[in-house]
Amino acid sequence: MKKINKIKIKVNGTFSIIKGNLSLLNCIKKLKIPIKKVAIELNYEIIDKNKLGKIKLKNNDKVEIVHFIGGG
Amino acid sequence: MKKDNFIIEKKKFKSRLIVGTGKYKNMSECAKAIKFSGADIVTVAVRRVNISDKKKPLLMDYINPKKITYLPNTAGCFSSEEALRTLRLAREIGGWKLVKLEVLGDKKTLFPDMIETLKSTEVLTKEGFSVMVYCTDDPLMAKKLEDVGASAIMPLAAPIGSGLGIQNKTNIKIIRSQTRLPVIIDAGLGQASDATIAMELGCDGVLVNTAIANAKNPFQMAVAMKNAVLAGRDSYLSGRMRKSDFANPSSPMKGIV
Repeated sequence: MKKINKIKIKVNGTFSIIKGNLSLLNCIKKLKIPIKKVAIELNYEIIDKNKLGKIKLKNNDKVEIVHFIGGG
Repeated sequence: MKKDNFIIEKKKFKSRLIVGTGKYKNMSECAKAIKFSGADIVTVAVRRVNISDKKKPLLMDYINPKKITYLPNTAGCFSSEEALRTLRLAREIGGWKLVKLEVLGDKKTLFPDMIETLKSTEVLTKEGFSVMVYCTDDPLMAKKLEDVGASAIMPLAAPIGSGLGIQNKTNIKIIRSQTRLPVIIDAGLGQASDATIAMELGCDGVLVNTAIANAKNPFQMAVAMKNAVLAGRDSYLSGRMRKSDFANPSSPMKGIV
């Protein structure tokens, strides 16, 4: 039986274990986050939202997903 | 009367009152207060999406960014790096280039760190941002911000959230007289008359958050602020009468019986 490769990533400061070959796009989709309303950083680098599908997540990746909230 | 447009970076806005979206009880109260205020620019903060509670309401569901201009703000940033990162992210959310820069220097007073603010303004301007800059009421620093490409000067009236009103009218007047940029009073206003005073000093606009959000009736205060800004602007443009140390009767002396 083929062993499914798992990796550990950090999303918005919280660790999570995911499948090893997941793209950044699928990761965001799995979290049910509306892509149009957020910005995404991978390892402190802002990612062009059109290229999310091309990026495969790696072990220890740090993902930040931000949006607008109320503020002064 | 002459047309009196409020223009920032060649874009016309209807209202000279900019409203913050923080400190409200909930999003619908915030949206309603904005409506009452008549503001067409609102400041917003950039924060992490809550990935554990996706049912939490989103600001964009309550305030339509197609109808109201979102002004991403770097509130809470204490270094140039943090502020730059925040605004680059804000731009990525949906192409926002008109932004408000705020680099704080002290947790107790929330006064801006003007050295970091100046550095950040220069970097952001070079990156194509239009930067409205929260600053101290220091005319020299305001001039330097203009020199490095700021789009608007936003001096504080008093510490953020203090409600103390304008502390240094003279400095605000000097800042207004020396710049071609819009001057917008940011922070420290507490009641409608503070907004009127800011406008009477010749400021181009005011930014109000806590004074509306923390009023017992935020909707009524939103209306009061709207009217105060209009009154102050008209008062400024009308050219006030000369002050005199002595009385000058309003009724003619001739014909007294």
